Amino acid sequence: MALVMKKHAMPEQDPQVRAHNFNEVALGYDRETAIAEASRCLNCPKPRCVQGCPVQVKIPNFIAKVKSGDFADAIGIIKESNALPAVCGRVCPQENQCEKYCVMGVRGEPVGIGRLERFAADYDLKKPHEIKPIKYAADTQKVAVVGSGPAGLSAAGELAKKGYKVTVFEALHKAGGVLSYGIPEFRLPKEKIVQVEIANLKKLGVEIRLDTVIGKLYTVDELMQEEGFAAVFVSTGAGLPSFMHIPGENLNGVYSANEFLTRCNLMKAYKFPEYHTPLKVGKTVAVVGGGNVAMDAARTSLRLGAEHVYIVYRRSEKELPARLEEVHHAKDEGIDFKLLNNPVEVIGDENGNVKALRCIKMQLGEPDASGRRRPIPIEGSEFELPVETVVVAIGQGPNPLVQSTTPDMHTNKRGNIVADEATGATTKAGVFAGGDIVTGAATVILAMGAGKKAAQAIDEYLKKKA
Amino acid sequence: MYKILKKELLSPKVWLYDIEAPQIAKKAQPGQFLIVRTDEEGERIPLTIADFDRAKGTVSIVFQEVGAGTEVLGQLNEGDDILDVVAPLGKKTHIEKGMGTVVCIGGGIGVAPIYPIARGMHQVGNKVISIMGAKNKEILILEKQMRAVSDEVLVTTDDGSYGIKGFVTNALQQIIDRGEKIDEVIAIGPVVMMRSVVEATRPYKIKTVVSLNPIMVDGTGMCGGCRVQVGDEIKFACVDGPEFDGHLVDFKGLMSRQRMYKDMEKIESDHVCKLSTVKGEL
Ligand SMILES: Cc1cc2nc3c(=O)[nH]c(=O)nc-3n(C[C@H](O)[C@H](O)[C@H](O)COP(=O)(O)OP(=O)(O)OC[C@H]3O[C@@H](n4cnc5c(N)ncnc54)[C@H](O)[C@@H]3O)c2cc1C
Ligand SMILES: Cc1cc2nc3c(=O)[nH]c(=O)nc-3n(C[C@H](O)[C@H](O)[C@H](O)COP(=O)(O)OP(=O)(O)OC[C@H]3O[C@@H](n4cnc5c(N)ncnc54)[C@H](O)[C@@H]3O)c2cc1C
Ligand code: SF4
Ligand code: SF4
Ligand code: FES
Repeated sequence: MALVMKKHAMPEQDPQVRAHNFNEVALGYDRETAIAEASRCLNCPKPRCVQGCPVQVKIPNFIAKVKSGDFADAIGIIKESNALPAVCGRVCPQENQCEKYCVMGVRGEPVGIGRLERFAADYDLKKPHEIKPIKYAADTQKVAVVGSGPAGLSAAGELAKKGYKVTVFEALHKAGGVLSYGIPEFRLPKEKIVQVEIANLKKLGVEIRLDTVIGKLYTVDELMQEEGFAAVFVSTGAGLPSFMHIPGENLNGVYSANEFLTRCNLMKAYKFPEYHTPLKVGKTVAVVGGGNVAMDAARTSLRLGAEHVYIVYRRSEKELPARLEEVHHAKDEGIDFKLLNNPVEVIGDENGNVKALRCIKMQLGEPDASGRRRPIPIEGSEFELPVETVVVAIGQGPNPLVQSTTPDMHTNKRGNIVADEATGATTKAGVFAGGDIVTGAATVILAMGAGKKAAQAIDEYLKKKA
Repeated sequence: MYKILKKELLSPKVWLYDIEAPQIAKKAQPGQFLIVRTDEEGERIPLTIADFDRAKGTVSIVFQEVGAGTEVLGQLNEGDDILDVVAPLGKKTHIEKGMGTVVCIGGGIGVAPIYPIARGMHQVGNKVISIMGAKNKEILILEKQMRAVSDEVLVTTDDGSYGIKGFVTNALQQIIDRGEKIDEVIAIGPVVMMRSVVEATRPYKIKTVVSLNPIMVDGTGMCGGCRVQVGDEIKFACVDGPEFDGHLVDFKGLMSRQRMYKDMEKIESDHVCKLSTVKGEL
């Protein structure tokens, strides 16, 4: 049989239409297309793709099951390694992970591993599942998880399955971390996917306590000494927004991406005034940054009614850290990429509202510490971009609330928690950490992997202690 | 869910609620705030913890109905539950023995949050002179409580219907002019009031603390929406504050940012009005 060199396209909403609604952009394979795409896999005896997956999903095995139409078996295989396949199939940067290493990619396009993972997961989500609550013995040990993002959720699930009583403490009024407040609905449906996964955890017996800020309502020490938790897993993410520290950044109309996306996703400002939280989007918007967060903010702006949206990024297209698919989608929707430009000042009108973003043109010099070519300003090339809204999406740091109230849990220079890579163990006995709070802003799958490893280590720690 | 145990009207459109929240009551300190949400569609509304009773396990809020969110909150009754309460947020007020003479200034409903601070200052033995300001006698709140925790209380009303006629700054000037050695001033109230207090103490270099109320979303340092310029630094009021050295605060920027959603608040308020009439007709 002749090899099909190209990936089967995934149907998606028309760019003209989707730029004005919050429904999911990519629609997923149907059965026939999934089977056809699965048939492109060579079922390699030494599968290179698996090395590219941070949690080593048994890729050829699950794809073989998709190919033979045994979808329930396929999802079973995926779930052995990955607790949130419907999420990862959608948001993993596959081109840098599993698909990057697929042999089919050498001469043609790699197998659409992410799309097949999504297909199997969606098939599974549609089926009713009976989840039996875990029956706990009276002396079951309690474990606390701080933060309900992918790291916390996967740790909670693993620990519950190992028989521990798990309580997840979440600062916001909704669980899910970035999956709920950051990544937009049009990329990751909240009710259909994120909330279903959380509900399943609850059915298993995991308790989720919302509105509980650790470091404020309870410290980690209080959880262990007064509330009876034998171990704690800290997965508070990278939630502290960075600003550019340029003049005019406090003007009305300048948002951090966190604020912009939180107002839209968590507070549902896109349904204003039915939902009461407002979000102001001008006719022209500049989003500063080139990662997933920037793409999400730019595409959200369009959907909230902006007529012209710029991405202002200081390096070139090649260095854009966002997922390839998101860059393509953004372009198709009409986002205007102002590459090799760096903001130097936000300019306001007499009422304190943004009226322009002053930028300087950049060129690429020698590679810097990150291995990417360093952007250098071109003298005298400043120009003004007339915009009414500026969204700053240049990265997030660690929120210090937990660290500053847990002195014997050490942090590094950047404020991230120091934790053993293999176990997540911190410098404080019984306290483990993982996800973005340890690594700095990274990916969903890495956070989940860290949660899983820590659950294993917590189990070993508690067994040894007993 | 957090039950409202007591609801009391302090002055027109100003409510006091005692809310059942034992763990919050256990941890709350003067100067801190909480965030409430009344329903699934509602905003997150920041309110100062006006009082706490660790034994009873309650915290109190005093709020004024100013827009859609606080109106919905005001419609709840004793026995009703508040959907979400997040607390205690922000840093506590710096209170210790030996601070000397402290002037606690509360303007309008700012008297509510200044009350636990005055009480705390008094409990550790500092001399507390309180200034309470209101538009008129009718809307002055918590006078009895303030008198119980102060060595001296001065009341000002804009119209002279009670106490000194004028603003809290007039009373403050009187205290300064009589030669009282003031070690610290703490002022909570409308931004214009706090700004005037800061200008009144600046020439005398009296340490002046103000409690800021920029627009907030999460209250945990995650969104940066509450940022204010303090000296040459950008601070997040929800985690670095809400109290700051008033002589360093950029009040102009703060006021400008507070106006950000004025036009949308109108749309929202009309929407909620319509909803409540519909509900009323059903
Ligand atoms: C807009 C956006 C788009 C992204 N797109 C992608 C993508 O396409 N693909 C991808 O792989 N990755 C993406 N990422 C990155 C990915 O979402 C993160 O790496 C991942 O969510 C990290 O998981 P986590 O569990 O460590 O933390 P988070 O998801 O950040 O969750 C941390 C949770 O802890 C809570 N918390 C914090 N402090 C406290 C406290 N003191 N007490 C209690 N709770 C607390 C927070 O409220 C939050 O809910 C994106 C990130 C953003 C912001
Ligand atoms: C730390 C802090 C403590 C506060 N303590 C009290 C208190 O003890 N009692 C009290 O009555 N009020 C207090 N406020 C103000 C209170 O939060 C606002 O009045 C309330 O959010 C208005 O909401 P609304 O929907 O009723 O009105 P809206 O129609 O939304 O707005 C009316 C006014 O409130 C301002 N405002 C709107 N949303 C917010 C927000 N999220 N945060 C701050 N201001 C906002 C607007 O700029 C506008 O001037 C406090 C605010 C902060 C930040
Ligand atoms: S989890 Fe992510 S990296 Fe691993 S196989 Fe699935 S899509 Fe690829
Ligand atoms: S490398 Fe590609 S072709 Fe080989 S098993 Fe993995 S997905 Fe299939
Ligand atoms: S309210 Fe979001 S950072 Fe302060």
